[in-house]
Amino acid sequence: MLRRIFSITVKEFRQIFRDKRSLLIIFLLPVSLLVLFGYAINLDVNNIRLGVFDRDNSVSSRKFLRGLESSEYFTITESIKNDDEVNNLLNRGKIDAAIIIPHNFEKDIMTGTDVGIQFLVDGVDASTGGIIQNYLVAATSEFNFKITQEQLSQKGIKANPPLNPQVQFWYNKDLNSTLYFIPGLVAMILIIISVILTAISLVREKEFSTIEQIRVSPVTSFQLIIGKIIPYLILSMLIAASILFMGNILFGVVVKGSYIDLFLGTVCYLLATLSLGIFVSTIADSQQVAFQISQLISQLPSVILSGFIFPIESMPYAIQLLSNITPSKFYIIILRNILIKGTGLSVFIDQVYYLLIFSAVFIIISTIRIKRQEMM
Amino acid sequence: MNNAVIIKNISKKFGEVTALDNVSFNIRKNTIFGLVGPDGAGKTTLIRIMCSLLKADNGEIEFTGMNIKKGSRKIKNEIGYLSQKFSLYTDLTVDENIQFIADIHGVTDFNNRRDELLQFTRLKDFRNFQAGKLSGGMKQKLALACTLIYRPKIIFLDEPTTGVDPVSRREFWIILSGLLKDDITIFISTPYMDEAERFNYIVMMNNGHIISEGTPDEIKKALNMSVVEVVCSPVRDAYNILRKIEQADVQMFGDRLNIVFKGMGADETGIESILTENNITVTDIRKKIPSLENVFIELMKSKDT
Repeated sequence: MLRRIFSITVKEFRQIFRDKRSLLIIFLLPVSLLVLFGYAINLDVNNIRLGVFDRDNSVSSRKFLRGLESSEYFTITESIKNDDEVNNLLNRGKIDAAIIIPHNFEKDIMTGTDVGIQFLVDGVDASTGGIIQNYLVAATSEFNFKITQEQLSQKGIKANPPLNPQVQFWYNKDLNSTLYFIPGLVAMILIIISVILTAISLVREKEFSTIEQIRVSPVTSFQLIIGKIIPYLILSMLIAASILFMGNILFGVVVKGSYIDLFLGTVCYLLATLSLGIFVSTIADSQQVAFQISQLISQLPSVILSGFIFPIESMPYAIQLLSNITPSKFYIIILRNILIKGTGLSVFIDQVYYLLIFSAVFIIISTIRIKRQEMM
Repeated sequence: MNNAVIIKNISKKFGEVTALDNVSFNIRKNTIFGLVGPDGAGKTTLIRIMCSLLKADNGEIEFTGMNIKKGSRKIKNEIGYLSQKFSLYTDLTVDENIQFIADIHGVTDFNNRRDELLQFTRLKDFRNFQAGKLSGGMKQKLALACTLIYRPKIIFLDEPTTGVDPVSRREFWIILSGLLKDDITIFISTPYMDEAERFNYIVMMNNGHIISEGTPDEIKKALNMSVVEVVCSPVRDAYNILRKIEQADVQMFGDRLNIVFKGMGADETGIESILTENNITVTDIRKKIPSLENVFIELMKSKDT
């Protein structure tokens, strides 16, 4: 039994290595997807372009602006002279936000009158707009605090605020969103490539009727499936390694947890995706159809339903249930634990079980389907 | 037991179309057994059922005492199957293909047998060629070598010479007859009647029915007919004239006509005189032993009427 499985594996490897061009694509495609998505998906907001209309032009107003500019988020790119220009620059997207400092800014601060300072934020991109708003409000309250302190100290009072929040981010210290997206990206790339590879390889046997020679041999459909999964498991593991290696070079991804956990988690995930690929081959009759179905059932759910970009917790309950159809969801949890948190197997053992059950279910269904097709 | 396979009442329908209708026959051991019939006669369906690639609606197939449904896996090392379509890996070499087939059939010590088979099929010089780069005839020989690597008792060849050039076809036949001494039963389907003459035993099929069976000689004798062959021109006029003769059938083969008489009373002088009376130039006229083609056409006609 083992020898029959092994003979299919050997044959499969021969075919994989014979086609050097495809082999090159198999390795280059994931890496280029990583580069493309890794740089494109970035929710960090840096270099916010500010237009400033300073009607006061006083020491205080300049101090306020200097405070803004000293943070890494803001760059003052335009100095505005009139109201029309504010509109104009925002309309043309030359600036992300405009600040209008009123006349008597300094005087009003000194006399303790309420000072209105106007921020106009480009709200087309809601999430970026929200982040800019937060930054601006934070910068303003810092300025407020300083002024208050100065004024109090002039009166000889030493004031400290009663509460001083000390927020520290764990795991992803700099709130680097690329680091957060890498697990999802790895999961997506791996599922696409592994489902397509296995599905195509089995459907090709049907299309060129080479499967008939296997059917007239004593090889069982289960042996055939396992013999097909092994080579693509090894190949996909190599691809996973190369993606993580590139992730390290390009985005500074490091494995905080143990490599053994990473290996185990990835093997379980790939078993699930490969058995999904085998299942696709039992419903498709041509390589083209297999390719399209593979893409549809691997890419779409692992982008939308896996928690890769959109957090699952904020989905409606029905969609949350639906999100269980993609193994990516579970692998992303595993990877985030290993790569970002550095936690051990016990934390994500449920996900590992789920992936193993997922694989078993699809292997069983496929075995039955192939057996039935064998005797039609 | 002289039979390698006993086929009992096999029927198969594809939707409304009946591919096989209650087909029964026995395949004798160590013979070249021919399944002859035109395209669509049900040959491929029958072979696929015998190789357990298809399930019959009814009937049973017994391989030397073993029912195929029960011992299906065990029987698989005893059966070789050459499909009509080339079904080996075009991106693997000749050697690798043979090795793969040996492996999945559990043959470990195949190196000597492989050399022997490559010698036998004259593929030795091509052993490192990828199968996709071989010619049609070489592909068929490779497929045969692959099948023979695990020493099956019976091999099923589905139209092995269709699309193969005449020289390779002749060579293939020589190889096949060489196999008989190894105690192998060979089952071949073919649409070519001239090839059928080489078989030890023939089953003729049309539209899912057996229309005749026996050795080539038996089949010819059973019909009890004699044939006159005429080469003449204009051949179409001659055909129309001779068709009116009641006691004979006329078959047209290009530039010649075969006039088939029931019984042994073929009358070539009578025919010649009819033709010359009608201003038809007769180039050649002679009595002929009926061919399987003559027989087949006659059988088809009698089934139609």
